Amino acid sequence: MARSTFEATIAPLVFMCMGVSLIPLALPPGAASHGSIAPGIVWIMVLLASLMSLERIFTFDYEDGSLEQLLISPQLLTQPIFGKLVAHWVMTGVPMALASPIMAFVLSLPADGYIPMILSIVIGSAYLSLAGSVCASLTVSLGRGSFLLPITVIPLYMPIIIFGTATIDFAISGMDWLFPLAVMGTFLCLATAICPIAVAAIFRYTILF
Amino acid sequence: MIRSFFSLKWLYRLSSPKLFYSISGKAIPWLLSVSVALLTLGLFWGLLVAPPDARQGDSFRIIYIHVPSSFLALAGYYFMAVAGAVGLVWRTKLSFWFMKSAASIGASMTFLALFTGAIWGRPSWGTYWVWDARVTSMLILLFLYLGVMAMIRAFDNKEYGQKNGAILALVGTVNVPIIYKSVDWWHTLHQPATLKLTSESTIHIDMLQPLLVMILGFYLFYALTICLFLRAEILYHEQATSWVKDLCARRQEKSG
Repeated sequence: MARSTFEATIAPLVFMCMGVSLIPLALPPGAASHGSIAPGIVWIMVLLASLMSLERIFTFDYEDGSLEQLLISPQLLTQPIFGKLVAHWVMTGVPMALASPIMAFVLSLPADGYIPMILSIVIGSAYLSLAGSVCASLTVSLGRGSFLLPITVIPLYMPIIIFGTATIDFAISGMDWLFPLAVMGTFLCLATAICPIAVAAIFRYTILF
Repeated sequence: MIRSFFSLKWLYRLSSPKLFYSISGKAIPWLLSVSVALLTLGLFWGLLVAPPDARQGDSFRIIYIHVPSSFLALAGYYFMAVAGAVGLVWRTKLSFWFMKSAASIGASMTFLALFTGAIWGRPSWGTYWVWDARVTSMLILLFLYLGVMAMIRAFDNKEYGQKNGAILALVGTVNVPIIYKSVDWWHTLHQPATLKLTSESTIHIDMLQPLLVMILGFYLFYALTICLFLRAEILYHEQATSWVKDLCARRQEKSG
């Protein structure tokens, strides 16, 4: 249990912070302390860390057969799947949102950007877990390390990275940042309604074949 | 007659691979001649007859390839996703093969749109590639197509792959309105849409007419390529059936 908690929660955070530390090395001197690149960098790191943790949502359950047990159990399949997704978000998305101020600080994000950034990551990472779960369930039978998961999931992440960075950018430049945040909320609502049902349908197709 | 049309029985019948093969075989010469005629007419009209643009001069003429291919890149995604949904609901084999063909053709159309856009960008924007909202989202569309294509081919069990590809295509449709609206939502380099259904187009009528001809020609060309791809898929998947074997036998007799 301790090991799996480490892999699920701590590892993406460590990955995220280490990734951020590479950015100033890659950019010309002074560019990283400018602050204008901070929203984009933070969001890319959140996205990559979330991508890294996606495979874990269903792989273990698929390998040890508990997914099949869920499939033949009498209750609706969407309920346990939704529970798993909420758990995944609590274990990966929320810690990332809480750790993001550290990254933003070293990238010298202006002070106005912090609250919008945390809110956008809280909402956005929930969408990432939900949308990512669809691709994770599609590729679960291909085994671990399948190249298909990142290929198929990154286009679905596109709206979130657009509106997530827009939220922070709007806040920095003094515009109404609730607008892009509300758009993210819309995407989250849509994903909450559709993704658990889609995942349940995918498992019925591919496992109970 | 009308009642039988709306009962959709004709559509069910058409989803039989054998019937589709014979009907599309008759349609292909027509599609080929009409689309080639329209494309030739549109290119001649657009490249030689239409007046040069006041600001861009002759470089605007790439619009006659760029706009129709972008149209089909976006519409083709819907064709593909709808075919996938039909396959999931009614379990018709033909719609999955349609989806597979539409994925390949749509990806090529998206590439064509990006490529012609890059060529056009050089004289008008001063650079081949910019990270503009429309350009970036079209690139994402290309990745969506490639993802669906990879998903369809990734599984040993072909039926898994087709169903998974169909679900992925359906989920990806969220992005298509974003791509379509990106020029209005983000005021970056790419100009807003010139052709509008609901209001007056912002293009002169002399330039518009050849463009419409080209768009129609591209749609027919798309239908033609879909037919050709689908026929190849049908022959590949149905190679064990008696009618395909008969067909091959007859072909061999003919060729001696």
